[in-house]
Amino acid sequence: MTAATQTLPTDWRDFFALTKPRVMTLVIFTGICGLLAAPGTIHPVLGFTAILCIAMGAGGAAALNQWWEADLDAAMKRTAARPIPSGRLDPVSARDFGIGLSVGSVLLMGLAIGWLAAAILAGSIIYYSVVYTMWLKPRTPQNIVIGGGAGAFPPLIGWVAVTGEVTAMPILLFAIIFMWTPPHFWALALFVRLDYANAGIPMMPVVKGERSTRRQILVYSLLMLPIAVAPWWIGGTGALYGLTAFVLTGMFVVLAIPVSIRTATDEDRMVPEKRLFAFSIVYLFALFAALAVDAMLRQQGWM
Amino acid sequence: MTPDELAEYRRRQKSRNVVLGAVLLFFVVLFYAITIVRM
Repeated sequence: MTAATQTLPTDWRDFFALTKPRVMTLVIFTGICGLLAAPGTIHPVLGFTAILCIAMGAGGAAALNQWWEADLDAAMKRTAARPIPSGRLDPVSARDFGIGLSVGSVLLMGLAIGWLAAAILAGSIIYYSVVYTMWLKPRTPQNIVIGGGAGAFPPLIGWVAVTGEVTAMPILLFAIIFMWTPPHFWALALFVRLDYANAGIPMMPVVKGERSTRRQILVYSLLMLPIAVAPWWIGGTGALYGLTAFVLTGMFVVLAIPVSIRTATDEDRMVPEKRLFAFSIVYLFALFAALAVDAMLRQQGWM
Repeated sequence: MTPDELAEYRRRQKSRNVVLGAVLLFFVVLFYAITIVRM
């Protein structure tokens, strides 16, 4: 670290960037949908607090992830400009900021909402920052499957914040995001493969090859079909969600098929992969929006 | 430290203080609201 970066106080925006605000939009959104879809009511102030805690926890975990991976981030073009590898933020501040956010979010969740939701939140933060980031990500090409577990927690926590218990429905919401993450991320990994290879992260396309990755993208997409529709089958949602889930996941599979059967050539523009990746983001937003709208219509007695 | 560096130092220091103050104020209001709601 140079003297110049040490004497200047870090801009607050760099602390904010440490929480990965763009990933957090999906976390906040799925958390809100879990909260809205759950049976029962929660006071708006407490609902807001629960979502704030989920967001703070996710931000804290993201900060710890970037503190741990600063050297890896520095080696990849996509992440080299992040606050720590670029030298704008010192690692110790990042670590303390991450721990502070994480502990604060769990305590606030416990005091304001309940200790079951707080315990699951604490588990999700430890799962992402320790089990995934520190332990398994650098060791296994299944890292994305494992990391998907971390991203799957927000709707589960949102649901439990309302009901105070873990039932089949929140576990299904967890399972949907868990199954969605591998095809979502591997589609990205297929077109940014070189970057991960240089950083020494055992991404599936690097370790098992493109062919296996493409096949697994299709397998996970097909597994998503019954799981995404299951909340309707078990009577946890109405037909609006069920049909939306069926159509959206069907489109997901249709986009995954060309990705699964083709082989990339040199100078390949990777159009089907980019299309699947872009759709996968829209998919998750649309699916959870349908879940929330479905629940609200039924609570109003319109369905 | 040159005058320009000092100005930048003060600017960052001030913006951090403002943000931290706003966050603290937000939590004061939030904790007050939570307390009322949970009574």
